[in-house]
Amino acid sequence: MNDWEKNPVYIVGAAETALGAVPDQTTYSMFSLAAHEALDEAGLNVKDVDGIFTNYMGEEGTVQVGEYLGILAPRYVDSTDIGGAAYEAHVHHAMMAIANGRCEVAIVGYASRQRSERARSMTMRQSELTLTAQFESPYGLPMPIGHYAMIAARHMHEYGTTSEQLAEIAVAARQWAQLNPKAWKRDPMTAEDVLASRVICDPLRRLDCCLITDGGGVIVLTNKERARDANKKPIRVLGAGESHTRWNISQGPSLTTTAAKVSGEQAFGMAGVTPADVDFVQPYDSFTITVLTALEDLGFCEKGEGGAFVSGGRLAPGGDLPAMTSGGGLSYNHPGALGVLLLIETVRQLRGEAGERQLADPKIGVAHGVGGLLSTAATVVMTND
Amino acid sequence: MTETKQQYGDPMTYPIWEAAARYELLIQHCKVCGHYQFYPRPFCLNCDSDQLEWKRVSGDATVYSKTTVHLKIAPEFDPPYVVALVELDEGPRMLCNIEGGAAEIGDRVKLAWREREDAPPLPIWMPA
Repeated sequence: MNDWEKNPVYIVGAAETALGAVPDQTTYSMFSLAAHEALDEAGLNVKDVDGIFTNYMGEEGTVQVGEYLGILAPRYVDSTDIGGAAYEAHVHHAMMAIANGRCEVAIVGYASRQRSERARSMTMRQSELTLTAQFESPYGLPMPIGHYAMIAARHMHEYGTTSEQLAEIAVAARQWAQLNPKAWKRDPMTAEDVLASRVICDPLRRLDCCLITDGGGVIVLTNKERARDANKKPIRVLGAGESHTRWNISQGPSLTTTAAKVSGEQAFGMAGVTPADVDFVQPYDSFTITVLTALEDLGFCEKGEGGAFVSGGRLAPGGDLPAMTSGGGLSYNHPGALGVLLLIETVRQLRGEAGERQLADPKIGVAHGVGGLLSTAATVVMTND
Repeated sequence: MTETKQQYGDPMTYPIWEAAARYELLIQHCKVCGHYQFYPRPFCLNCDSDQLEWKRVSGDATVYSKTTVHLKIAPEFDPPYVVALVELDEGPRMLCNIEGGAAEIGDRVKLAWREREDAPPLPIWMPA
């Protein structure tokens, strides 16, 4: 029996930071408010936290977050940098650390004010002549959308995927967002609207792209014993996995197969379930193509069949595989790194507290983070059993 | 004072840029297994040997993927322009711009060069 089977690990708190446009807080105040809210749910206190998992919060992620929260002697710290997938990877790492007794109460979180600070850059300025600076930057491929556009173009070439099929993904996200009062974009939107929106990097259009908002969130993980203190239903982490492929787009054998292939196999294998057992999924929707490739590589459909799979409203409210149920990065919020919000929405659905967008009695949910230039992936399988 | 010409690139890539100044494209080739690789490394990605040499290649290639950029990302880029990934006949892929005509995925393209003020000529591709 493995450590994580002997010593199961639970998510016992989950809280968003302020979302949308947050003019009146700092990223650290946002993080700390969410941490306190999540710890209240857990029936725990900041003083109980002995594991910190974060990134993109200052030069030394966990150090500055720990200092701000007053956690000055944690036992386990991790600022793994794999982009928007980092937080799903953090759950993987926290699960191992807690199952092996290296820490007991872990917080995983992130906060950003990229909208208010207008911090998102489309270029990668290089101070030295890295390989990217020598061989990719001189051609003006916008970061990151250009990479995703080239992946979408290749997917279309190999498998006949269409812009109409990609638009279905954006429409599904918007339909979920209409059921979520915290969503940034809630006005009605059709596939025709997506197809009529401005081309940014063909074949991707404005409405194939995620939002740019402020926001973030924190979740709390702990062991079975301390999960008994929780004020809300503990959600068990069944399995997790992570991987990455390439950074420079010239590298690697395939543009269309992503790191989700490995992260999904690892997470499902650990959990002892298959995609057929999954009631809903939160795929990272930085762009519509990100969702399509994730569904294929996680095994919800065969490679190349993603276009047909997402058609007919399968991902939308009432569909066979509810996905992006918060409205996702496309319509709810996208604070630079969506990963932690995917975890929070998965917890909310499994606790049965998702309000108007609540699914009927889901048992198993998947949060799937993606980051970099479709370089990284990390997958978490959870249950409320 | 003797003028020393500053080498462009890094310790692994400067032969590529030295050749670019002569409008020649160099790719690393494994003497053991015959694998071509880009970017250069001190070992063969295919067989792990350290017996690597530089080979001049024609640059004949096929478009693997492409996008037309409609977004202004920096003063030096003037949209719309095409960014493509081309697959050399020897195997490796390189990012580039395609200029001098249209090319779709699967189309044949040939090597061209773009002059730069502060760096060696940059390999780009054009319809064959």
